[in-house]
Amino acid sequence: MELNSKIPDGPLDQKWTKYKNTARLVNPANKRNIDVIVVGTGLAGASAAASLAEMGYKVKALCFQDSPRRAHSIAAQGGINAAKNYMNDGDSTYRLFYDTIKGGDYRAREANVYRLAEVSANIIDQCVAQGVPFAREYGGLLDNRSFGGTQVSRTFYAKGQTGQQLLLGAYSALSRQIGKGNVTLLNRHEMLDVVIVDGKARGIIARNLVTGEIERHGAHAVALCTGGYGNVFFLSTNAMGSNVTAAWRAHKRGALMANPCFTQIHPTCIPVSGDHQSKLTLMSESLRNDGRIWVPKFKEDAEAIRAKKLKPTDLPEERRDYYLERRYPAFGNLVPRDVASRAAKERCDAGFGVNATGEAVYLDFSSAIERYGRQRATVKGMHNASIEEIIALGKKVVEEKYGNLFQMYEQIVAENPYETPMMIYPAVHYTMGGLWVDYELMTNIPGLYACGEANFSDHGANRLGASALMQGLADGYFVLPYTIGNYLADEIRTGKISTDTPEFKEAEERVVQQIKGFFSNNGTQPVDFYHKRLGKIIWDYCGMARNEEGLKFAISEVQKIRQEFYANVRVPGSPNGMNPELEKACRVADFIDLGELMCLDALSRNESCGGHFREEFQTEDGEALRQDDTYNYVAAWEFTGNPSAPNLHKEALVYENIKVQSRSYK
Amino acid sequence: MENGMNLTLKVWRQANAESAGQMTEYKLGNVSPDMSFLEMMDVLNDQLIRKGEDPVAFDHDCREGICGMCSMFINGEAHGPNRGVTTCQLHMRSFKDGDTIYIEPWRSAGFPVIKDLMVDRAAFDRIQQAGGFISVNTSGRTMDANAIPVPKADADKAFDAATCIGCGACVATCPNGSAMLFVGAKVSQFALLPQGQPERKERVLNMVKQMDEEGFGNCSNIGACEVQCPKTISIENIARMNREYLSATLKPEN
Repeated sequence: MELNSKIPDGPLDQKWTKYKNTARLVNPANKRNIDVIVVGTGLAGASAAASLAEMGYKVKALCFQDSPRRAHSIAAQGGINAAKNYMNDGDSTYRLFYDTIKGGDYRAREANVYRLAEVSANIIDQCVAQGVPFAREYGGLLDNRSFGGTQVSRTFYAKGQTGQQLLLGAYSALSRQIGKGNVTLLNRHEMLDVVIVDGKARGIIARNLVTGEIERHGAHAVALCTGGYGNVFFLSTNAMGSNVTAAWRAHKRGALMANPCFTQIHPTCIPVSGDHQSKLTLMSESLRNDGRIWVPKFKEDAEAIRAKKLKPTDLPEERRDYYLERRYPAFGNLVPRDVASRAAKERCDAGFGVNATGEAVYLDFSSAIERYGRQRATVKGMHNASIEEIIALGKKVVEEKYGNLFQMYEQIVAENPYETPMMIYPAVHYTMGGLWVDYELMTNIPGLYACGEANFSDHGANRLGASALMQGLADGYFVLPYTIGNYLADEIRTGKISTDTPEFKEAEERVVQQIKGFFSNNGTQPVDFYHKRLGKIIWDYCGMARNEEGLKFAISEVQKIRQEFYANVRVPGSPNGMNPELEKACRVADFIDLGELMCLDALSRNESCGGHFREEFQTEDGEALRQDDTYNYVAAWEFTGNPSAPNLHKEALVYENIKVQSRSYK
Repeated sequence: MENGMNLTLKVWRQANAESAGQMTEYKLGNVSPDMSFLEMMDVLNDQLIRKGEDPVAFDHDCREGICGMCSMFINGEAHGPNRGVTTCQLHMRSFKDGDTIYIEPWRSAGFPVIKDLMVDRAAFDRIQQAGGFISVNTSGRTMDANAIPVPKADADKAFDAATCIGCGACVATCPNGSAMLFVGAKVSQFALLPQGQPERKERVLNMVKQMDEEGFGNCSNIGACEVQCPKTISIENIARMNREYLSATLKPEN
């Protein structure tokens, strides 16, 4: 199979303009007769559905939640990057592009990333016009903060709820189009298959989660905006319902899955507290602007802290190890996520962890509170303020910036982070891998698109903070609306897509049979039993550090889990009507297959890059060691019918504008 | 897990919208105080499935207090005894050994039960579709984001209103089943921002009309919604909506 990324010719900064000027258009009268299905209503899905409907296409939008506004983009906290250079700190489109490529450890496509940087500024304009209440300075203009892996402040934010505000903006645009009748909303619906007719995506099979009915929906194009697959690990910062099913079913029908082993372990999450744990909670990366990360310098102090004989606030400065500031003085606490996560793991593995399990480090705000307190006191003209007054003022500033995050932390841990440092540990957060797409965001199946986290294209082997929101909205608002026309221009004579065809019947039958199987196996173990086992294997062997032996072991374990799952899973109730356990069973079946593919991908990539850290490939001081001569490619996997034996296709990554070098944040 | 709590749960069970429901009692032992309330429900469901019984259906997704999906009425209070949190952020350390906990769905004419603790809140989406937006196409060709400064105080107030998660606790807790805190928050967000001005009157009229059609009750200034709102949205937003509505009806566009 030849992978054609369809990158336009010409200089990097003119590719997108040139593409837009030459892409084919569909006239308004014809758009009215063209159906597009958008699966998922997060930032990418809601923005795509709203934009396509505004343009005149007839859109169906699906979400498995009760409302489009629930999609997990809503939980994104810290912010959204845009090369506005409002701070006058030297930012530019090129710098955002460069930071993103470097942050991704040189495993992303130049042209896609440049386009992303190019449209980033439009996103902010668009969102402000929609009434998104970004944080502002006292002069009434927009405020910015900085994020990991960059040396400028280009992150726009709305306290620690940026994802919520952006999603509600996209949701309002979508709601407007639903109200106008241009979008048909199918909430509480889950896509269970994509239907391919004569090689083109022509619709989907979906289950109505309330009635249990299996439905056929025809369309001229299908866009999967279904997010990432972090829940393969069971414990992650994803929502409970986040899943890979739509993407995986497309993969089984022929869509290639690219770089599945590129997963992001986020450094600042609340540590696991016990076996009952159902999910992990992120503490925004924005906290690393002001929080300093440390562990005790001496093991005896770490042991005393673990035994609760010593409080962190009692440990003097000289007995603390601010290990990120020590190892990476240029970026300090703002190194990229993969680097920060590995550094935390290294300290904890060496015995310096600070909670009962030994898997936690401190994120300390006391210096920031004092610094902000002094600033505020100066502004207020309180030149003789006492340290207590300064601390009180500083706490107020920190509350204004991160109040909801501190409150979340206190709810979960029952400790007050204004008084004592937070405890944090890395957790699964985002997946850079996803469906392979070309420059037009089309998968290798004509008419099937993937946007946002569901595709692989922009973040390489490690995503920078505040770039997921940017990519989701860029894809949905500003990329897909242009590129889809180039395909649909050929569809104006096709006419309505009939669902009364052998292809739809066959796809429906496949779905019905899978569901039947879950009720007829007389199983004994709940779905979660298998999901937790799978998650532990993937976390232990395909998580923050991987090696050949471990990956081979994990593959054999996943194969065992698959066998036992189908033989012995118990799904209560019936296929008719609301049945959350059935929904979970369908999703876990796909996570099992994906888990195996992740391990196979990680095993085949004999190098370390970004979030993919193969222990065999590291520098003397423990940094990732890439093998550019051999592995500077996108690994795009083809499903063969046997999940244990996929075919590998390679798309070479060509860097014409950036010099590939080893990444340094020192 | 030693020293766990023993609890008696009285849970509303209802097969579907048509059937009658009833409270059903379950005993649950060894509950860790570090569990979230929903993790406690996971343990209950795990046991029910193993016994061959139907697990309790409930809505939940993000489990970090922001998606607005979880919706339990616990011991007579929306999202349970703590203030400023959703059900998923409630932890079992808020209960003690031997407690009996009553767990019910949101109850309101506007939110029909789908199954057990799961209700249909599509009415909120329809209110939003009636006017909860600013009519700007997504071309990206709007004016520069910094072209119109917004006073920080207005921006902050708009943000506070916009933090509503649309969970419906306000409706569930209101004796009148009123949705005015939800609608008031959205109306306020846009009324406070310059971008919201052109459609200001039309918006409030359309949203209120839809709210009435969905069968939600009126506000009689009880204030329970503000108390039980997991995002502590201020009742001031209802007052602002009433002012907006009044001024829109007094001075119709012509």
